[in-house]
Amino acid sequence: MSRMAEIMEHEHIVSVLVCNQPGVMRKVANLFARRGFNISSISVGEAKDPGFSRLTIVVKGDDRIIEQIEKQLYKVIEVVKVSPIDPSPENRVEREMALIKTQIDEKNKPEILQLVEIFRGKIIDVAKEGMIIEITGARSKVEAFIKLLQDTGKVIEIARTGIVAMNRWAMSR
Amino acid sequence: MYFSFLFTAHRVPPLQTAERKTGVQEGIERAGRKRPDGRCDQNLNIRGGLLVKMRGSKMLFEAFKREKVDKIFGIPGGAIINVYDELCNYENEIDFFLFRHEQGATHAADGYARSTGKPGVVIVTSGPGATNTVTGLATAYMDSVPLVVITGQVSTKAIGTDAFQEVDITGVSMPITKHNHLVTHIEELPQVLREAFYIATTGRPGPVLIDFPKDVQMAEGEFHYPRKVEIPGYKPTLVGHPKQIKKAMELLKTSKKPLVIAGGGVNLSNTTNLLNAFLDKFGIPVVNTLMGYGVNPKDERLYLGGIGMHGSYYGNYAVVNADLIIALGVRFSDRITGDPRRFAPNAKIVHVDVDPAEIGKNVHAEVPVVGDLRNVLEEFLKFDFETDYSEWIEELQKVKQSHPLTYEKDEKFIKPQHVIETASRYFPPDTIVAADVGQNQMWVAQFYRFRNPRSFLCSGGLGTMGYALPAGIGAKIGNPHKEVLVVAGDGGFQMNIQELMTINRYRLPVKIIVLDNNALGMVRQWQQLFFGCRYSATVLNDNPDFAKIAEDTGIKALRIQKPEEVEGAIDALAHSKEPMLIHALVDPRENVIPMVPPGGDIGQPLLSTPYDEEILRKTRGEQNG
Repeated sequence: MSRMAEIMEHEHIVSVLVCNQPGVMRKVANLFARRGFNISSISVGEAKDPGFSRLTIVVKGDDRIIEQIEKQLYKVIEVVKVSPIDPSPENRVEREMALIKTQIDEKNKPEILQLVEIFRGKIIDVAKEGMIIEITGARSKVEAFIKLLQDTGKVIEIARTGIVAMNRWAMSR
Repeated sequence: MYFSFLFTAHRVPPLQTAERKTGVQEGIERAGRKRPDGRCDQNLNIRGGLLVKMRGSKMLFEAFKREKVDKIFGIPGGAIINVYDELCNYENEIDFFLFRHEQGATHAADGYARSTGKPGVVIVTSGPGATNTVTGLATAYMDSVPLVVITGQVSTKAIGTDAFQEVDITGVSMPITKHNHLVTHIEELPQVLREAFYIATTGRPGPVLIDFPKDVQMAEGEFHYPRKVEIPGYKPTLVGHPKQIKKAMELLKTSKKPLVIAGGGVNLSNTTNLLNAFLDKFGIPVVNTLMGYGVNPKDERLYLGGIGMHGSYYGNYAVVNADLIIALGVRFSDRITGDPRRFAPNAKIVHVDVDPAEIGKNVHAEVPVVGDLRNVLEEFLKFDFETDYSEWIEELQKVKQSHPLTYEKDEKFIKPQHVIETASRYFPPDTIVAADVGQNQMWVAQFYRFRNPRSFLCSGGLGTMGYALPAGIGAKIGNPHKEVLVVAGDGGFQMNIQELMTINRYRLPVKIIVLDNNALGMVRQWQQLFFGCRYSATVLNDNPDFAKIAEDTGIKALRIQKPEEVEGAIDALAHSKEPMLIHALVDPRENVIPMVPPGGDIGQPLLSTPYDEEILRKTRGEQNG
């Protein structure tokens, strides 16, 4: 039936510019919970202009849901602009950073150092028994690195920022 | 997901001119001139060269004056006592109405707003005062009613310490308000109040809550009341897209069986007359949702009543058989669509709404039009072409005659439908009727003929029992020269029965009918039809004598239980100059029909249901059974 939107669940990234007022983050998070939208990651920080913040939200759903999310977000008075990020990787850039605390021993140390080099990570803290590694990149890269690291050594703790993303120049024009 | 600390930790400092010049930004382009903190410039309000300094509590009333607020509803308390003290200085400009429960005050403001179109203003205290408004807020939010609710709050320094009567009401009310705001600085107060009224009343209206801490009430500041409002994240689309409007009218031109569905948006945008003109000009049949009553084309044959779960058979028939549906200010709730996949299977849908989020939410629209109904209808009316839908109108008339809305009279029992039908004949045409929720509400919708906009008040979306009495009081306060009739069932009436005292306190000539079937009737009906007649917790065989309660609070009352008493009692009620109540003991076996079972096909309602004689025994005991 033509009425039924195509049911195709995939991940979407939306970039949301909000007025930096008390409780805005709570309103946005609340909205997602109330309407049953599923957030995979959310990141937040100050935007270009003081008084505004930018949220980058990764959300799962079909196209109809995504359209609803955009419309519902605009109903939050403090939301200034909702910009969907282009779904195809050629048209956007996305980055995520992770800090990974891992145990090391004489056996796995060379392998871990090699992995860090291949993935262009950074070692930002070292002790006798372990280190903290910083890795930045598209989410697929971050996840691949984490997986390899887990296979090699004992990962103690992971902290990830969630995705931030922008449309490429060609797209935004 | 508690990120709020990120945003509560710091506030944006007052803007410097240098910063403003750099502020042409992405996202802000949407809004034009504004400050980086997202608020607009304030128009200085200078009197004789001196800025006016005053306390926060006084600013509130100065704002009310500028917003032309002259009626306020509420109950005082510790955290709002400064505001109530200031009220004494505004006695000549503002009428205050004291209620007996904050829920009552909120519903009254809602009834006032629905019947007048002006925002209803409520002032309550913190903690329990604030939480008692929650049901009223949710009711108003679901039905898009403009309210401005001011709640007292403990001092900003005490917030977060679990102080006496402290509650995070902005957190609590977030999903049930259009907008809310905790005022933390006296400097922002005038702006916040201006925005509250602006947001509540523009676009798709809704309730706004302002949390007002005690120290901000007492703080002194300069009062500049901004004339213009510029909120970067709030720009309702008011003008319908000309291309979409043209598309809609082209569909109408080629349609053989068009149908207009009038929703609550028609009442909210005060466009009933425009709509009537549109219907008469093109000869299009019309039905309405529960919130859309009042539409009244000159050509009586065009009107086909309510639709949905308890809509008329012919109304729903029209929806199922139409080839084009023009839905105006409708949100396609599940009570209207039944199974959305079987809703209007033959029709293309033109959906006009001021809220873009409503379009495509429940039902797919071929032609979406985002805009204010006034603008869109005016544009529709500019079109000129010949139409002839007489075959379709003829077809609908036949169905209307073969399947009328009807009920069977009884010699022994008063039929609730009979009471409503009689009231519809005796009360003047501009009467405002506030119905409660449940069977009584549906009988009013079916058997009271509404001919004016904003004349039928009920909780459509939330379905709030206890709504009718306080809402009727609010309607009477806003419309002292019109008759106001409250219709409630015995269950719902007891949920805000304390407001009978408010009627007496202000001697408001509100007329009340309590249809008493000794049951939570609608639930009882579902139990009979879908749960094998197991009447779990729905029998109220211990109801009080409502006439005696009314008399005790100073309200004239009659108790009737025979069909022959109905006419005389309603006559007396309609002609009473005083507040008056009729306690009508009605047939407890009566069900609301037609009925589309929940999630069912609205083309196939139940058209009759058997009486369960067992109900008589359970509700009325031996003497009547």
